[in-house]
Amino acid sequence: MRFCASLFLWWLTLPVGAVIETYEFSRPELEVRYHQLVEELRCPKCQNQTIADSNAPISEDLRRRLYEELEAGRSDDEIVQGMVKRYGEFVRYNPSTEGATRWLWLAPWLFLGLGTLAMIGVTVRRNRSVETPRDYASDIAELLEETKE
Amino acid sequence: MIAEYGLFALIMALITACGLTAIPMWASFAGNGAGMNAARPLAAANFTFVAISFALLTTAFLQDDFSLVVVANNSNSLLPAFYKFSAVWGNHEGSMLLWILVLCAWTFAVALFSADLPQIMYARVLSVMGAIGVGFIGFSLFTSNPFARNLPDVPLDGKDLNPLLQDPGLIIHPPVLYMGYVGFSVAFAFAIAALLGGRLDAAWARWSRPWTNAAWAFLTLGIMLGSWWAYYELGWGGWWFWDPVENASFMPWLAGTALVHSLAVTEKRGVFKSWTVLLAIASFSLSLLGTFLVRSGVLTSVHAFAADPERGMYILVFLLVVVGGSLVLYALRAPAVNSGIRNAWLSRETLLLFNNVVFLVATLTVLFGTLFPLLMDALGQGKYSVGPPYFNAVFVPLMALLVPVMGIGPFTRWREDRAKRWMHPAWVSAVSALIAGALLPFLGQGFNVWVALSVLLAVWIIAGLWTDLRLKKAGSHAWWPVLRRQSASYWGMMFAHLGFAMCIISVTVVTQWNVEKDLRMSPGQTADLAGYRFEFHGASAITGPNFRGDEGVVTVTVDGRRVAELRPQKRQYVASGQIMTEAAIDAGFTRDLYVAMGEALGQDGAWSVRLHYKPLVRWMWIGATLIGFGGFITLLDRRYRRVSVAARQSPEELAHA
Repeated sequence: MRFCASLFLWWLTLPVGAVIETYEFSRPELEVRYHQLVEELRCPKCQNQTIADSNAPISEDLRRRLYEELEAGRSDDEIVQGMVKRYGEFVRYNPSTEGATRWLWLAPWLFLGLGTLAMIGVTVRRNRSVETPRDYASDIAELLEETKE
Repeated sequence: MIAEYGLFALIMALITACGLTAIPMWASFAGNGAGMNAARPLAAANFTFVAISFALLTTAFLQDDFSLVVVANNSNSLLPAFYKFSAVWGNHEGSMLLWILVLCAWTFAVALFSADLPQIMYARVLSVMGAIGVGFIGFSLFTSNPFARNLPDVPLDGKDLNPLLQDPGLIIHPPVLYMGYVGFSVAFAFAIAALLGGRLDAAWARWSRPWTNAAWAFLTLGIMLGSWWAYYELGWGGWWFWDPVENASFMPWLAGTALVHSLAVTEKRGVFKSWTVLLAIASFSLSLLGTFLVRSGVLTSVHAFAADPERGMYILVFLLVVVGGSLVLYALRAPAVNSGIRNAWLSRETLLLFNNVVFLVATLTVLFGTLFPLLMDALGQGKYSVGPPYFNAVFVPLMALLVPVMGIGPFTRWREDRAKRWMHPAWVSAVSALIAGALLPFLGQGFNVWVALSVLLAVWIIAGLWTDLRLKKAGSHAWWPVLRRQSASYWGMMFAHLGFAMCIISVTVVTQWNVEKDLRMSPGQTADLAGYRFEFHGASAITGPNFRGDEGVVTVTVDGRRVAELRPQKRQYVASGQIMTEAAIDAGFTRDLYVAMGEALGQDGAWSVRLHYKPLVRWMWIGATLIGFGGFITLLDRRYRRVSVAARQSPEELAHA
């Protein structure tokens, strides 16, 4: 509910203001992973916000948990799986490649495949079609039709 | 009384819109000249009534008439006057009225500027626009009356406009966005009128093309303004969120981009007609779908929609009528036959077809990703989220697919081309793109494969544009005559593609090289970020017209030289009690420095502070502005004026006279 919020009254539920917290990480790569993960996890109670953007208490909890699990040496996958187990698929903005959401990952390439096939079909036909005096062909056809009427 | 006059004007607008829908359409089939000629005064009357209604609502806001529900809920006597003005569209009812005003303005503009169309076409286009007007004015009157009263308990003061919206960006973003969003209705009306008459030809494409380009350009600027507003107003430095509400405006843009390109083919070569018509229908339908998603509450949850379905149902039914009706008409009337016009594998037609495939796939992907959670929820399959990680992962490669074609498209000939003709310059641009990709990242933070790739793609596009100019100059000695010969449409394309190249670089660089730090800073403390030293000088209390808060002072230095003084604020608005973060930004062509304040920590005046270094972020908005600007330039094309004169003696007019 961010940018078009203006138009659409969505901001009524939106707590405003950046979340600025200052966790100290033992290793810099943990901080990088932290910033990536807070952007991929959804606040379970909010309208449509990552836990990075949300001031809700539950997001604060989740950020703290995330921080602790990172420091405890868990992998990204383990952490996300743990969150999913507790809050359901709803919590991940990055949908799983398994289950129903695999269609999300397949769809664009299916669309692209179909589109490319259609494009090839059209071009093959057009490439074969007999040359008529170009640019005027359609106008001639239409004029003929009109005279018939 | 003002509100009652406003309501009355809106009712009159509905009546004139009904007249505009029925009379010219009937007359066009009955061959009644007077009836068709009524389209213009009806469009004028319709626009006038809506304008009066809008002006009266604005007056109510400026006069703090809290007996009106919308004013009481969205304004406050302390609100500065220009925000009272923009508060008119900072709420559902008022923004719907703005939507209607924009729609009627487009209708009236078509009535004024397309007066040279054949009479039947003119009458039908305006009639279709009128029908859309009926739909939306009815929506406003029956489900979202902006003039509803708070009687007899008139509140003493209003609840205030959401602080997020108290910003200059909000004054211009919605009107510009609506100009685009609603503007596709003109392309739609032309498509429907052409289908009704069974005449889809190059002339039709030429008539509807300037309108489509204008709407598309407005939409581009509107989206750009929204992104910019989110960046500086929301306080966390993001600029695009793949939020369903954003997607709602982005889908018509994607389909519209395909339409703008496909119209070019239809106009120049008389091919892809049915396809172009379908895209025109799709662009506007996606605008309506976006309206439905956003206004019905269905995005909150399917169940919220089911609980209070009035508004949602109205738009849903309207959407189904528009989409269903136009598709039926399309199935009945669209020419299915091959036009018998040949084009080879290597031809501009094929390349533009590829553009259409990619943009269509992108549109469908965003559509599917946006609707997926709703579908799963409605089917009882559980709750899912689809967010930025998904959209970025699928959208970025799709856009990258466009680039190879963009680098040769401008100079590839219509109908048939031989690669031999431009093989040499194409190699030159490929090599320069490679070299630039390998070297330019060192101007920033050193080699980075994604930045290198983005530079490679951008330079390939720019080199393609340059090659085109070189090929056009071939043989002549001076540049000036060559440049002057090019049409406005051509320059529009150049600007838009250049803007796209800038966006590619900007998006990649800011994603890869953005440096962000959240830290606790006490007065006098410094922090180093990407070569800049930020020093926090503490925060002090401030008072605004309708808020109180704290303002921090942060100075930025490079090697002891002072670069900027930033004053981020943390505000609490009096009427609503809402807290707002006002980021402070030192904007620059090569980088932005961004500071936002979080919370006061402890007794020593320390605050949590967010610091950002955002390289080339501004290129994104500059690039998007160039794209929109390119769209506007095409309107200057002499071709559109000359055609309107020619249309006066066109055969169809003689035949139907």
